[in-house]
Amino acid sequence: MSDFMREALAAAAQRAPAWLEPMQARGRNLWGKTTLPNRKTEAWKYTSLQALQQPFSAPAPQARGAAISEASLPQLDGPTLIFTDGQYRQDLSNTAVPSGLSLVRFGDATAEQAAQISAALGTAVLPGRHVFSPLNDATLVDGVFMAVAADTQLEEPVHIAWLTTGQSESTSITQRLLVCMGPNSQATLVESFANTATGGTAFTNGLTELLLDRGAHLSHYRLHLEQGDVVHIGGVHARQGADSQLHGFHLALGSVLKRIDLVVDHQGSGAHCSMDGLYLPRGTETVDYHTCMEHAVPHCTSRERFRGIIADEATAIFNGRIHIHPEAQKTRAELSNKNLLTSNKAEINTKPELEIYADDVQCAHGATVAQLDPLALHYLRTRGVPRDEAEVMLSYGFINELVEEIGQPVIKAFLKPLLAKRFAHDARLARHIL
Amino acid sequence: MLKIDNLHAKVDDKDILKGLNLTVAAGEVHAIMGPNGSGKSTLGHVLAGRPGYTVTAGSARLLGQDLLELDTEHRAHLGLFLAYQYPVEIPGVSNMEFLKASVDAVREHRGDPALDSMSFMKKAREACKAVDLDLAFLKRGVNEGFSGGEKKRNELMQMMLLEPKLCIMDETDSGLDIDALQVVASGINAMRSPDRSIILVTHYQRLLTFIEPDHVHVLSGGRIVKSGDKSLALELEERGYAWLEDVA
Repeated sequence: MSDFMREALAAAAQRAPAWLEPMQARGRNLWGKTTLPNRKTEAWKYTSLQALQQPFSAPAPQARGAAISEASLPQLDGPTLIFTDGQYRQDLSNTAVPSGLSLVRFGDATAEQAAQISAALGTAVLPGRHVFSPLNDATLVDGVFMAVAADTQLEEPVHIAWLTTGQSESTSITQRLLVCMGPNSQATLVESFANTATGGTAFTNGLTELLLDRGAHLSHYRLHLEQGDVVHIGGVHARQGADSQLHGFHLALGSVLKRIDLVVDHQGSGAHCSMDGLYLPRGTETVDYHTCMEHAVPHCTSRERFRGIIADEATAIFNGRIHIHPEAQKTRAELSNKNLLTSNKAEINTKPELEIYADDVQCAHGATVAQLDPLALHYLRTRGVPRDEAEVMLSYGFINELVEEIGQPVIKAFLKPLLAKRFAHDARLARHIL
Repeated sequence: MLKIDNLHAKVDDKDILKGLNLTVAAGEVHAIMGPNGSGKSTLGHVLAGRPGYTVTAGSARLLGQDLLELDTEHRAHLGLFLAYQYPVEIPGVSNMEFLKASVDAVREHRGDPALDSMSFMKKAREACKAVDLDLAFLKRGVNEGFSGGEKKRNELMQMMLLEPKLCIMDETDSGLDIDALQVVASGINAMRSPDRSIILVTHYQRLLTFIEPDHVHVLSGGRIVKSGDKSLALELEERGYAWLEDVA
C-alpha cells in the first residue's frame, strides 16, 4: 500500500474519541489491503493519481484559526458549521438549531448520539463502491452528524463548510458527514468546500452519507469551489427509503484533481432521485464525476443532468452508471450529459454505463460533446456584441438552464456571478449575465 | 450611405457574387429581387462578415468607411443591421440579456450614455408592443422555440432598439401570414427616416405593396442586371425573371 498517508494515519489514531476507534481500526485494516487504483483500473482509466505521490500529514491543531472571507461561501441564515483545515470553528459557526434537528460534531456527541452514529456510519457506502472510504474511516477524527426527526420540516437550509487555508504544506483533511432523515422529514443541506488561499497542497478525502427514511425529502447542494493545488477525492453515498426524494445539485470548479463518486441506492419503492451537476475545469485541471444509480426495487425514478465546460488543456471525466436489478420493474431512469469544449486541447471522457436486468423499465441516456456554435457567435456579433463577450455569454448559456432551476435563491444569487466570472478574465465581459 | 463597387464573393469556394454594384443614398428604401440562388442572401451575409463568406474583389463602403476590413461587431457599431431570413436559436442566453448586451455595445460605440435597466426595460417593452410580441419572449432563450413569424418580429424588435443606419431585411416577409406581414411592414415603415436606409431582399412583390421602395433592383447571376422604380416590381410579378436573364 502506498504510504502517502502514513503520518496522517498515525496522527488520527491518537486523536479520535474512543467510540470511533473500532471504525478506525477496521478502516486501517482495509486500507492496508487496498491497492491504489491505476490507469488499468476501469473506474480510474482516465484519472491519474499522480498528485498523491507526495506525503500528506494531518494539519497541526491551530491556536487561532485563519480568517475567512465572506465572499468565499454562500451566506445562509440557518444553522452553519464551519471547519478550517479540518478544525471546527465555533467562532464562525451558528449552532442554534430548530426543534427536530440534531446537528453535532462527532467529538461533541452524547452517548446516545454516539450509539446512533456508530450504528449508521458506513452503512450507505456499498462494499467495493468507494476505494477511498476505508482511508476516510481510518483517518476519521471528527465529523458531523445531522439528524432530522420524523415529520419535521426544516425551514432554513443547514450549511456545512469545509475550508482549507493553504497555511501549511501538504495537508490532508478527512471530512465526514452523516445525515439521517427521519420518516416524512424535509430539509435542505448545503455542503461547501473552498480554499481561502492557494498555497500549500491539500488533499481532502470527503465522504457524505445520506440516509433517507420513507417519505423523506432532502435537497442537497454540494459545492466544490476549491481551486489551485487541491486534490479532492470523495463522494456522496445515499440510501433512499420508500417514497423518499433526493434532489442533488453538484458543482465542481476545477483544481489539480477532483474525483467525486455519487452513488444512490434506491431501496424503497416509489423513491425518486434527481441530480444536476456542473463541472468547469480549465488550465491543466481535472474533474471526474462518477455517478451510480442503483435501482434495486420497483417503481423508482432517477433523473441526472450533468453539464461540463472544459477549457484550455483541462480534462473532465463523466461516467454515469445505471444499474437496474432484476426486481426493479417499472423503473424510470434518465441520464443526460452534455459537454462544451472551449479549446482544441480540452479533453472529455464521457461514458454511460447501463446494466439493465429488468424487462419493464424506461431508461434513456444521452451524451454530447460540442464546441461553441460559430453561427450563434456570429449572430451575437452582428448585433454589436464583441467576440469575447459573446463567447462568455454562450459559455454561460450552456449551463444557464441548470443554474436557473436552483431552488434556493441565496445559492443561486451566490453562484451566478461566481460562475459568470469563471468564463470571463475581465468582469466587464460577464456584466450582462445577471 | 452605402456604396458597393464590383463586389465578388464566394461561399465555400463557389463564386456567388460576380461584380455587384449598388449605391444607396441616405433615407432611401431599395428592394432587391431575384430568382433563387442569385446571391440575394449572400449579399447581406457578406456585408455582415459571416464566416465562410469570402470577398475576392471589389469594395463596400458604409458612411464612407471600408466595411470589409471591419470585424462583424464593428460593422454593427457603425450602423449595419442584417435581419436574418433564418434567425439563430441560442438556448441558454435570454433574449433580454442579449438585447441589453447589444444595445449597450452599440450605444457605447456611438458615444451615447448607457441606458439604466429601467429605461432599457421601457424601450424593450415598447419595441415588443410595436411588433406585437408578448413580453414573455424577453425572458425566453434567443429565438428558442419561436415560430417563424415570432423570429421575424424578434429581428424587427432588435432593429428598433439598435436604431441602425442601414437595415438589410433578408426575406423578412417569407413565412409570414398576412396579419403578421402587416405588423412587420408597419414596423419597418415606422423606421423609415431621412438618415436611415433600408434594403429589402425579397422574392415577392407582396411586401412592396406595404412598403413602397424608392428603387427596385433585380439580382441575377451575382450581379444587378436591372434597376428601376417600384413599377419594375409589378412587371416582375407579371413576367417572372426569365426574360431578364436574356437581357443579362
